[in-house]
Amino acid sequence: MNLRRALLFGGLAFALLLPLLAGALGLDYAVGIATRILILALAGIGLNLILGYGGMISFGHAAFFGLGGYVVAILSRHEMRGEPFMTWPFEVAGTDQAILAWPAAMLACALAALVIGAISLRTSGLYFIMITLAFAQMLFFFFVSLETYGGDDGLSLLSRSAAGPLDLHDPAQFYYLVLVLVLIALLATARWANARFGLALQGIRDNERRMRALGFATTRTKLTAFVISGAIVGLAGALMVNHTEFVSPAFLSWQRSGEILVIVVLGGMGTVFGPLAGAVVFFMLEEVLSQWTQHWMVIFGPLLVLAVLFAKQGLWGLVAAKLDRRG
Amino acid sequence: MAESLLKVTGLTKAYGALVACDGVDLDIAPGEVHAVIGPNGAGKTTLIGQLAGELRPDSGRVSFAGRDITHLPIHVRSARGLARSFQITSVFPRFSALDNVALAVQAHAGGNFRFWADARKDSTLRDPAFACLERVGLAARAKVPARVLAHGEQRQLELAMALATDPRLVLLDEPTAGMGREDSARMVTLLTGLKGKIAMLLVEHDMDAVFALADRISVMVGGRVIATGRPDEVRANTEVRRAYLGEDEIA
Amino acid sequence: MLLLEQILNGLQLGVMLFLLAAGLTLVLGIMNLVNLAHGSLYMVGAFIAASAAQWTDSFLLGLLIALPATALVGIAVEAIALRHLYDRDHLDQVLATFGLILFFNEAVAMIWGPRALFLDPPSWLSGAVEILPGAPYPAFRLAILILGLGVAGFLYWLVARTRLGMLIRAGASNREMVGALGVDIKRLYTLVFGLGAMLAALAGVMAGPIYAVETGMGEPVLILAFVVIVIGGIGSIRGALVGAVLVGTADTLGRAFLPGLFGAMMGPAAASGVGAALASMAIYILMAAVLVWRPRGLFPAHG
Repeated sequence: MNLRRALLFGGLAFALLLPLLAGALGLDYAVGIATRILILALAGIGLNLILGYGGMISFGHAAFFGLGGYVVAILSRHEMRGEPFMTWPFEVAGTDQAILAWPAAMLACALAALVIGAISLRTSGLYFIMITLAFAQMLFFFFVSLETYGGDDGLSLLSRSAAGPLDLHDPAQFYYLVLVLVLIALLATARWANARFGLALQGIRDNERRMRALGFATTRTKLTAFVISGAIVGLAGALMVNHTEFVSPAFLSWQRSGEILVIVVLGGMGTVFGPLAGAVVFFMLEEVLSQWTQHWMVIFGPLLVLAVLFAKQGLWGLVAAKLDRRG
Repeated sequence: MAESLLKVTGLTKAYGALVACDGVDLDIAPGEVHAVIGPNGAGKTTLIGQLAGELRPDSGRVSFAGRDITHLPIHVRSARGLARSFQITSVFPRFSALDNVALAVQAHAGGNFRFWADARKDSTLRDPAFACLERVGLAARAKVPARVLAHGEQRQLELAMALATDPRLVLLDEPTAGMGREDSARMVTLLTGLKGKIAMLLVEHDMDAVFALADRISVMVGGRVIATGRPDEVRANTEVRRAYLGEDEIA
Repeated sequence: MLLLEQILNGLQLGVMLFLLAAGLTLVLGIMNLVNLAHGSLYMVGAFIAASAAQWTDSFLLGLLIALPATALVGIAVEAIALRHLYDRDHLDQVLATFGLILFFNEAVAMIWGPRALFLDPPSWLSGAVEILPGAPYPAFRLAILILGLGVAGFLYWLVARTRLGMLIRAGASNREMVGALGVDIKRLYTLVFGLGAMLAALAGVMAGPIYAVETGMGEPVLILAFVVIVIGGIGSIRGALVGAVLVGTADTLGRAFLPGLFGAMMGPAAASGVGAALASMAIYILMAAVLVWRPRGLFPAHG
């Protein structure tokens, strides 16, 4: 237990000091990279809720990632141009305020997840995988054909969201805000994994039939998890569009869905820190391999196959097992 | 006899040409232990599936505590006090024994949408769960993960989970399946202790267990109930002897 | 006349999707394997055909080389990677075959370069045919349609009437049973996989002259094939055929007419945007509707 605690506090201290370290070493770009990793980790945390704790294999979570990003970019553009976003049945003005736009992104994703989840949770197994993939593709093509907001070319975010006293254009301030959000999400995961909701969800993952016989309305629990998961991934998308200052249909591509899935599984499903570990490793692998060859995927692909065949628990799973053994 | 707790009339279920349940009538009084016996393929599992709500009957009616439940989903039946245990042990392997039973308590305690409070420290779940474990004699094994429990213990845990939902009737699908003589005897003792408090519908192949426990017995052959009565009546019934013992000789 | 042309276009897309979905649904049904890399075989088939057609200066030779070559690639992939995934859960299958997609897309880019290739239809099919007086239709597209329908008919006969087909159908609905009856499951799997790969390659070759031959061309079509299977029901050839025709025509007709329709209703400027957006979503809405009505597809093969 002590080793685990040491690891956690060490990691936290490193994360807190990272901008200072980077500044001292003259590696300013590292802050941007770390921000990106944290955002991907947040998306992973969202997917982990349904995949790791709920056993639902969604191959379409990029839909929420992209939708969240688009909501922020679209609202910001309307704000810039001084045009309302919609006028009927009530007027909604554009906004560049994080406090408004980010929750709006989460809300939009929650609604989308409610619809997609309500339909796809009528099925399970193979069907569920294919249907989530198909719905993500639907939203992908929706944004491709949405000429008003850039269509294929995507949409630039002219200015990062305004967040009260914070200036998100400052890499360190943006990094700390993202870090705080990720820490909140990690804490929330640790809590709900052991709360009634989380235990019910894990019971459904392990044996849904038994849970129904015990008296659980399992579909309701699964749908709730799906909606929360979509909203978290939507927040990650809202952060990512602030990071890249650009959003395009590629945010919603099936590759992106696969990436988030890989991050969760690589890190360790159903563990609190798995997605974070997965995001770090995924990014490192990409960095290392792409320095070696621009065709890094030709190596990464087979590596992934090997990882699936031989290292199923994921990285954090392996670490956690080691830690548990040492007590 | 007192007013029946479970009343089944004309329950019919066919798979293509095979009629697995053919106009089954059944009555179970509150607190009664009612065994359903019959050769393999007689339709006992199909009957339990329909009573639990996992299978939709083609026709017929099931009423429980005076209300029609024929079309209610599984989890609502469970909420009304109709529990089941599974023939194939269905405990949650990664959870401890106590976690398993606490989950069963939670099923009816509600609050499934509490996201923050640690349910493992919630005495409103843990205390009744522990009491159920004591009832089936598993209290000493409360912290052990279910997957490492012995087979007989897992069956006891299965029973504890059914009891934790505070049922008025438990559908027991072969509670002694795959057990050795000793475990089997312990299970029968356990169930005897529950007699009179909870009604049970018992599907069982172990005739010693059936005759030790049952107040009444229904005999199913080829999807039909061919006889119902007290154990001694059923034992003496010529039709039963012909159908059932005849089958036994072949098997 | 425009309508007729669009219906033919829709049928032709449907036929192509069927070729892809047929192999996919059999693999799903029989081996219980989600193979995301099926679209890669479609791409590999198109690339091999394009190259071979260039060397030999003959579209037909290109096709004849691409089919067995892709079947070999498919069989190799099965033997090296997929065979070890049959007993794994669906998540493992998804991840591993996702890895295969990344590999194939990049490998193809390395071998053939990042630029799209073009596969020209044979000269004797480059003209147009008058299907009705005053309604010309490209001969190559018509040929695809006829060939595709022919292959679909052959497949249907193969699965519905032959001993092999009987085994395939039995395998799709009850794997253990077929194994228990002493059929060499391994060989059956290899055979089905090779057949599926060949059909994917055929679809790829047929798509070549219409769309560009480029890396990543497989996955959008693969996802459409998934939609087809979800609509038709896993493991059902009949479902795949019906689903493919539905998806093909819905997509083509939607794209052709929805923008205009909305334009007429709401005025052109804003509405053609809505129409285009809706048209691109039409098949997914169709899928959702089928699911609400029949969660296991139109022709469920399992129980």
